[in-house]
Amino acid sequence: MAKPLPTPVRNHLTGLRILLLFTVLCGLLYPLAITGISQVAFSSQANGSLVKDGSGKVVGSSLLGQNFTVVSADGRTVSPDPELFQSRPSAAGAKGYDPTASGGTNKGTDDPDLAGTYTQLKAAVAEFNGVAQSQVPPDAITKSGSGLDPDISPAYAAIQVGRVARARGLTDARVQALVTKYTRSRTLGFLGEPRVDVLDLNIALTELG
Amino acid sequence: MNPTLAGFLQALALVGALALSYRPLGDHIAHTLTTRKHLRVERVIYRLIGVDGEAEQTWGSYLRSVLAFSFISVLFLYGFQRLQEHLWLSLGFPAVSPAVAWNTAASFVTNTNWQSYSGESTMGHLVQMGGLAVQNFLSAAVGIAVVAALIRGFRGSGGRSPEGHSTRNRTDHLGNFWVDLTRITLRVLLPISIVFALVLVAGGVVENLHAAQVVHTLSGATQSIPGGPVASQEVIKQLGTNGGGFYNANSAHPFENPNPFTNLVAVYLMLVISFALCRTFGKMVGSNKQGYTILSVMGLYWVASASLITFFEHQHSGIASQIAGAAMEGKEVRFGIPGSSLFAASTTLTSTGAVNSLHDSFTPLGGGTAILNMMFGEIAPGGTGSGLYGILILAVVTVFVAGLMVGRTPEYLGKKLGAREMKFASLYILTTPAIVLCGTGLAMSLKAGHGGGMNNSGPHGFSEVLYAFTSAANNNGSAFGGITVTSTHWQTALGLAMLFGRFLPMVFVLALAGSLARQTPIPETTGTLRTNNPLFVGMLSGVILIVVGLTYFPALALGPLAEGLH
Repeated sequence: MAKPLPTPVRNHLTGLRILLLFTVLCGLLYPLAITGISQVAFSSQANGSLVKDGSGKVVGSSLLGQNFTVVSADGRTVSPDPELFQSRPSAAGAKGYDPTASGGTNKGTDDPDLAGTYTQLKAAVAEFNGVAQSQVPPDAITKSGSGLDPDISPAYAAIQVGRVARARGLTDARVQALVTKYTRSRTLGFLGEPRVDVLDLNIALTELG
Repeated sequence: MNPTLAGFLQALALVGALALSYRPLGDHIAHTLTTRKHLRVERVIYRLIGVDGEAEQTWGSYLRSVLAFSFISVLFLYGFQRLQEHLWLSLGFPAVSPAVAWNTAASFVTNTNWQSYSGESTMGHLVQMGGLAVQNFLSAAVGIAVVAALIRGFRGSGGRSPEGHSTRNRTDHLGNFWVDLTRITLRVLLPISIVFALVLVAGGVVENLHAAQVVHTLSGATQSIPGGPVASQEVIKQLGTNGGGFYNANSAHPFENPNPFTNLVAVYLMLVISFALCRTFGKMVGSNKQGYTILSVMGLYWVASASLITFFEHQHSGIASQIAGAAMEGKEVRFGIPGSSLFAASTTLTSTGAVNSLHDSFTPLGGGTAILNMMFGEIAPGGTGSGLYGILILAVVTVFVAGLMVGRTPEYLGKKLGAREMKFASLYILTTPAIVLCGTGLAMSLKAGHGGGMNNSGPHGFSEVLYAFTSAANNNGSAFGGITVTSTHWQTALGLAMLFGRFLPMVFVLALAGSLARQTPIPETTGTLRTNNPLFVGMLSGVILIVVGLTYFPALALGPLAEGLH
């Protein structure tokens, strides 16, 4: 019989064997089983809560924010679409809302550049929506941590109602009714914050005609 | 509902859920660590890995197993990432670069989960599931195994006894690492993960094996919607206090944390084991009251810290956030200030380090509190296992200080704390600050190498560097994320900080356990300092504050305090 291996070698071999074993168990069998069950039981959520427009085409995910923009005729400038509700500003990717580059600015609350950006954005948002600067809520000018925030605050939705209604030739009341319908209150009355999912709202808006 | 009341009720719901889990989960872990009965599947595993399930280890042998296992894990994870391009489900990503692969391997094996890469553009699904998530399970189990060995040192009855509580014999047996690792993973981590992974998927977290799917948005642009087995990894990321996000934005990403409910589940998961381990401790040393004492100190710090961060974020000091009207930079609308602050406090008081909002964009004092949380050594309630052994070391120091004040030989749980024990406890206390302060000092002085990565200027830039070393050495893994740490200098320095910050303290904990286990228990007398009453809660809390406060105050004064106190 071969001589038994020295203890340190045996120790490391035991470590390798148990690691391989748990790699199969926790790294393959467990996630594959959860994926299998999820695909059957919670197919919509497991695949990213995708949403379709009126024609049945997938236009994104309820959970991921988007840019709602129009491109000028010469294709050079991209500006916010007045006919749609606007999301928060985003730091994900060069154009924003790029899920392959999720993240935020990581700027501190005392940062002078950030202060300058806020002042500019506040003026721009106020002008675009035809409201006073004092009415612009914080989420309209701050960038989220994920850069993919699908929601805006009810306050930010409220200042956009008039502008969207004018652009689409609808009454304020009609647009306001839709915003109210898509405003979600706190879960169970106390979890999280009241919010409006912008993509869901905009899809409903386009279906109004 | 009034926002303040809603925030308060949210915290109360969390506390309620944790309170309900405390006894059943703590008792279950105690049973797992003490029963003599092996499950059939465990016997099969012991046979496959060539371990005698009945064998007991001394502290040295236990330590060598921990280190051997962790060493193999680092090598394996490094190789896994380097070979990614040849593997199934790589999504077309190339091999991870050597510097990132080294840093990530050290990071996940040490339960830190510091991420110098962006998940959605670096790691394929197989590396995430079979490499990173596996270490999420095992590194958490290692932490619990080490604290189990320490508790066995106190109870001095060897690893396992039929009745499952103290028999107080003199021994040098601390249990068996391989048995502990296997049992904790199979009986504790895996079952909870299975249940909550499905809860998270039902709540909207994605779980699939797709590559990114390109869609045309409502405005006609394209958007690439990522896939991945996220829920199964998300749950153990929180439960094992790991914190490594599947995507770059971590728990701020809507696919990892889609709504306020999943957010509360995430915070619950990162706290539940570490709090419940107090019950396990009480049960194993034969006095539940000892467990409640430790729990009280942890709870006190957790409540104080969560309240402070919430308060500072509501105040939104800072020129920029005053213009915006709220500190919403880096925060998601669905969580708001209360949901982000509660998460931030919990993730830095445990060794989780997952983030649902960007700490770099927190107010100076809010972010400073997060740094302080980690500096306390992550003991309220701390990482799985590491939180409890951290606070038990501080309890040892407290007993010693109290003993000096009244002029008695200090003893804790029937064991004398002599020169040898105090040396190990002191070395433990000194290790992390030494790494943090030397690391930060070096980085700031070597401008070409380290200091160059700062995203913010002035004191906030210094805070970014201080945060990075505090997070790495305490195995937290969160960051003031603006800092650029992709240079080889940073990757190497932080990788070493993580490894030393994890394994040196473990050496001292196990050495202390061995030294305690060899002592014959001494009976409690009227002169023994009681360690299960409010007075001890106050003393322990005070010692934590003083020890940490004095060590880190100068560094804090240069960063968050300089920035936050005008």
